[in-house]
Amino acid sequence: MTGATAEKFIVEADFDDYVTLLKPRVMSLAVFTAAVAIVAAPGFVHPVIALASILFIAVGAGASGALNMWWDSDIDGIMRRTRNRPVPAGRVRREDAFALGAWLSGFSVVMLGLTANLLAAGLLAFSIFFYVVIYTVCLKRVTPQNIVIGGAAGALPPVIGWAVATEGIGTAAILMFLLIFIWTPPHFWALALFVKDDYADAGIPMLTVTHGNRTARWQILAYTALLVPVSLLLAFSEVGGPATLLAAVWLNASFLSAGLALVRRTDSQSNKDGWTAERRMFRISLVFLFALFAAVAADAVLRPILDGFLHWPHLV
Amino acid sequence: MPITRQHELHVRRSRRNLLLAGLLGGFVVLIFAITVVKLSSGQLMEAFDHVVRPSLLEGTNDG
Repeated sequence: MTGATAEKFIVEADFDDYVTLLKPRVMSLAVFTAAVAIVAAPGFVHPVIALASILFIAVGAGASGALNMWWDSDIDGIMRRTRNRPVPAGRVRREDAFALGAWLSGFSVVMLGLTANLLAAGLLAFSIFFYVVIYTVCLKRVTPQNIVIGGAAGALPPVIGWAVATEGIGTAAILMFLLIFIWTPPHFWALALFVKDDYADAGIPMLTVTHGNRTARWQILAYTALLVPVSLLLAFSEVGGPATLLAAVWLNASFLSAGLALVRRTDSQSNKDGWTAERRMFRISLVFLFALFAAVAADAVLRPILDGFLHWPHLV
Repeated sequence: MPITRQHELHVRRSRRNLLLAGLLGGFVVLIFAITVVKLSSGQLMEAFDHVVRPSLLEGTNDG
């Protein structure tokens, strides 16, 4: 046995490497938003059907993550943030990442169709297609609008969850879609501000690379401002309630103040303090989405109790 | 002489296989649970076999 062969055996993939291929953190966003949509949607879904549907949505999201890592293994190997992923680190072969992603895509769509309904399965298939083909293959290396358009794929899980519960698409589901869609650019551009060199080295045309940090800071603020009307409309939709309204007011205030802090700063100020405001903006963006969806879930739980003495206006 | 010492590679493979077996077992349990729920909630579970039967005609399958 040669030294090289021995080395190859030593880095053979562990189970955790295959889990990493499915991007568990991205998956958690899909699981959480889809679960909230199922809970908040009108009508009853049997807990077993709901759990199984959420599981298959998670598998579909994971499959698109594996296909993304298959296609992007070359640039993942260049960026510090991603170079330890299983494919660029040599623990999983590219072909294996593709096989896992392709098989799990088909499996998740078929199983969601059998468990829930064809609309939900079709939406899941579309979201996988959009993330892999439209975002990863067509947009990511071509335009600074990559994550703006590509954000649609990450915004679909609550619509899929709504379809699981209602076999249709409602106004509230569209508002939840818009919320994630508009939230995606400030979330990723805040990250791009403090890992800009990574994207530039890999040749990814993030807005910070193509138009500079000043433009990115203003664009972050613009999208953050757009979130205000959408989240307030969600609070007065059929899934809204006092918890959603309170969360929307508090979270938008924090998000907007963090956005305003970004446009008041220059790169030299950020360099001096280690990009603390940009990192804070990124952290607040994570809290924003999870807390707002948690508030929607809280309203769904509280609605039967509050309905007796509180008439909440549903404007949309 | 039997080989008794296990290489780290075998431990890793064994762990991977056990976890995969667990996943497959979990999947079987999940499919069983879905089947029980679908059957007990009275959903139509008959496949279409190209023959007209009462349950396919509107208004005749409510007993």
